[in-house]
Amino acid sequence: MNINDFVNKIAEQYNEPDTFAFSPDTHFKEIEEYSSLTALTIIAMVDDEYGIALRGDEIRGCATIEDLFKIVESKAKT
Amino acid sequence: MTGASSGIGKATAILCSKMGAAVIITGRNQERLNDTFVLLENPSRGHRQIIADLSTDEGINSLVEQLPKLDGIASNAGICKGTLVQFYSKKLIDEVFSINIIYPMLLIKNIIKKKLMNKPGSIVFTSSAGGVYASAGVSNGVYGATKGAIGGFLKSLALELASKQIRCNSVNPAMVETPLIRDGYISEDQLKEDMKKYPLGRYGNPEDIANAIVFLLSDASSWITGTELKIDGGATL
Repeated sequence: MNINDFVNKIAEQYNEPDTFAFSPDTHFKEIEEYSSLTALTIIAMVDDEYGIALRGDEIRGCATIEDLFKIVESKAKT
Repeated sequence: MTGASSGIGKATAILCSKMGAAVIITGRNQERLNDTFVLLENPSRGHRQIIADLSTDEGINSLVEQLPKLDGIASNAGICKGTLVQFYSKKLIDEVFSINIIYPMLLIKNIIKKKLMNKPGSIVFTSSAGGVYASAGVSNGVYGATKGAIGGFLKSLALELASKQIRCNSVNPAMVETPLIRDGYISEDQLKEDMKKYPLGRYGNPEDIANAIVFLLSDASSWITGTELKIDGGATL
């Protein structure tokens, strides 16, 4: 599971222009357009692309994209 | 009664039996269908349970072959799977449409064609408030589409079957406490938050919906046809 791929897939769920640089350190919830709908989109994408079920409370506990990646990665291993 | 192994179907089958009907229940899972069967009252009425997978042609045909003449049909089997629009797949759409509307239409077709309904008769579909309004927020476009389809279908059906004195209606519940609402990704916390939007302060019970289905099956509703009965604790107001 590759973190750069993951960052790109998260970036796809936003409507930011190409000039916006997403990285593992990006605080994804502080991006202006972030809403509960974005959270749902992230959950659906992770399920669709990685077959992992991410929960709302797990997203609430994450600050950066890397935090999200760590949860998805650990769930993939179990 | 299709989808009689759990939830609304189970509660309605039991209530019908209490009210004196001879009930034929059908479902896919033998054990769970039997769990409903043993709870039916007035066994002297001759209730029956028929295992059938109503998402296949063979299942529909096999069920129809075993049916006697009917006074009422509760077309209640349904699933609620969904996701956001950008993640739709034909497979998902096909599956939900198949179970929720395509095969129910074919079941009705076969029953009517073989003249298996008595006069007067009543057909009740379990639809959803989600077929008329956006249900439970987002991610329910596919489910909502199938329930909207039921609404369209039953209105035409009501006109076509009126001369045979067969009435066609639906119940359109909002959120009801059944296994179906805990099947997906809605968390307990989200459900609790959602429940606050209900003016009457709670989700529905299967018995609330059963009462309405029995009303629509019975002669008490003999001047009602082509209607979708909203049952929602005030949620859509």
